[in-house]
Amino acid sequence: MYQYLYDLTGSGILSAFIVASFPLVNVLIVVVVGVYLERKVSAHMQDRLGPMRTGWHGSLQLIADFIKLLQKEDISSKDTDKFLFNLAPVLVFTAAFAAYATIPFSSKLIGSEAEVGIFYIIAISGIVVVSILMAGWSANNKYSLLGAMRSVAQIISYEIPTALVVLSIVMLTGTLSLGKMSEMQTAYFWNWNILGGAGFGFTKFLLIPFMVVGFIIIYISTLAETNRTPFDIPEAESELVAGYFTEYCGMKYAMFMLSEYGNMFAVSAIISILFFGGYQSPFGYFGNSLNAHWMIPYEQAFWFLLKSWIFILVQMWLRWTLPRLRVDQLMTVCWKYLIPYAILNLIIIGIISLL
Amino acid sequence: MQTENVMKQYLKNTWLGIWTVLVGMKITFKHLFVPAVTIQYPDVRLKLPERERNRLYVNMDDCIGCDQCSRACPVNCIDIETVKSIPGEDLGITSNGKKKALWVTTFTIDFAKCCYCQLCVFPCPTECIYMTDVFEFSEYERSNFLYKFSTLTDEESAQKKINLEKFQAEKEAQKAAAASKPAAPASSQEEKKSE
Repeated sequence: MYQYLYDLTGSGILSAFIVASFPLVNVLIVVVVGVYLERKVSAHMQDRLGPMRTGWHGSLQLIADFIKLLQKEDISSKDTDKFLFNLAPVLVFTAAFAAYATIPFSSKLIGSEAEVGIFYIIAISGIVVVSILMAGWSANNKYSLLGAMRSVAQIISYEIPTALVVLSIVMLTGTLSLGKMSEMQTAYFWNWNILGGAGFGFTKFLLIPFMVVGFIIIYISTLAETNRTPFDIPEAESELVAGYFTEYCGMKYAMFMLSEYGNMFAVSAIISILFFGGYQSPFGYFGNSLNAHWMIPYEQAFWFLLKSWIFILVQMWLRWTLPRLRVDQLMTVCWKYLIPYAILNLIIIGIISLL
Repeated sequence: MQTENVMKQYLKNTWLGIWTVLVGMKITFKHLFVPAVTIQYPDVRLKLPERERNRLYVNMDDCIGCDQCSRACPVNCIDIETVKSIPGEDLGITSNGKKKALWVTTFTIDFAKCCYCQLCVFPCPTECIYMTDVFEFSEYERSNFLYKFSTLTDEESAQKKINLEKFQAEKEAQKAAAASKPAAPASSQEEKKSE
């Protein structure tokens, strides 16, 4: 994509901007549709209707909310550290958006085909931790600081099982590049990593249960990394009055919301790339059968978005199923259950992939 | 032996963790397809109960100005003033056949005070004050809660007062004339006048 635009326009900066605008537009769409769906899904799970009065079935609700947020006064209390306070929402969105650089939306639309794709994403998501602590500290509010500290403790802890599961996939596929990982799971759904990868034979069937375990572990831990229920104690409304962004309002608050939904999509995309073939179709392409090869990248983008949205919906489903975990339970789940299982899983997958 | 039990408990916890989440997810998924219980209030309304108590209404055609509702009111929110009619004025008949004898110049209910106890409804001899099914009448100004039910305009009620005074004055004059004819003692006449 970048190469094509570079050939077309001859300007590296312009083509880089155009390529980067695709994930940005995607993030904005995810926020608009995600917030609407979140409300609707939660409402229908609780036998309610959700927003109904703005537009058809409340479909313009988010636009109304956005206008409201834009109109709000930008308040910051007297004792805040102004510089950090203003920097934190920008940084949190930057970190969330930077993760999209190496996510392949289709075989033709990858921001950067860096060889260290997944490693880069794990590294860049560390910036989120810094900006959350920044937000909590600079607000000069005990609830914010408590929320920020809990959030940091949680995100750092849950990065370990995530990284361990990612490591097991990396051992199996032998690459860190997300584009190559997706390419390896091509053709049909039985080549997906959750069903043992592209190889065929005895090891493939041996791998399946361990892949499922790995998928469950990474799903739980990424749920915690995006601060969503049942791991939403950093921003628990009823206990910490929204945690680290208590003092934020207006557009700065909207930036946190934006990055939360951006993170949700990024995490779902990574899971779908690692285990469910990324942008690969589960049963061949129409472009191939119709002999119209230009269609394939579009189909791939469709499959990629579909898979990611399914995981986002499951995240919402879980959010409205489970109650919030207590802080000690949160740490127990991570250190006593997920990490031992992830290490065991890593070792077993390593042995099987050597076979 | 000890470690074996701990291990068993650990595996059991893991299994329970996954299993209970799945059970919960099954329940929420089922509820996704249960029709919502929400009633979209301003568009769809529940049927109110038969004996609901909401805003009062006074049918002034039937009101005889007997003041019984006002006296029954525990919070004194009903304000009634009446003027006697003079002979020759036809005030009409109430729906249950009673002849009206009083002009109701003021009939004001202050709904900011009203406690919706319905005690004013039962004493009414003509059943002209009753509860309606209107319960949405919030206002920005407290003075807007003063509901004036009297059908007479201010000029009309002033006119009625003047009419009555005139009539009473005439009557007094007639009485005085009648009294002076039989040549009563002057002292008693003066006393009566002062009364």
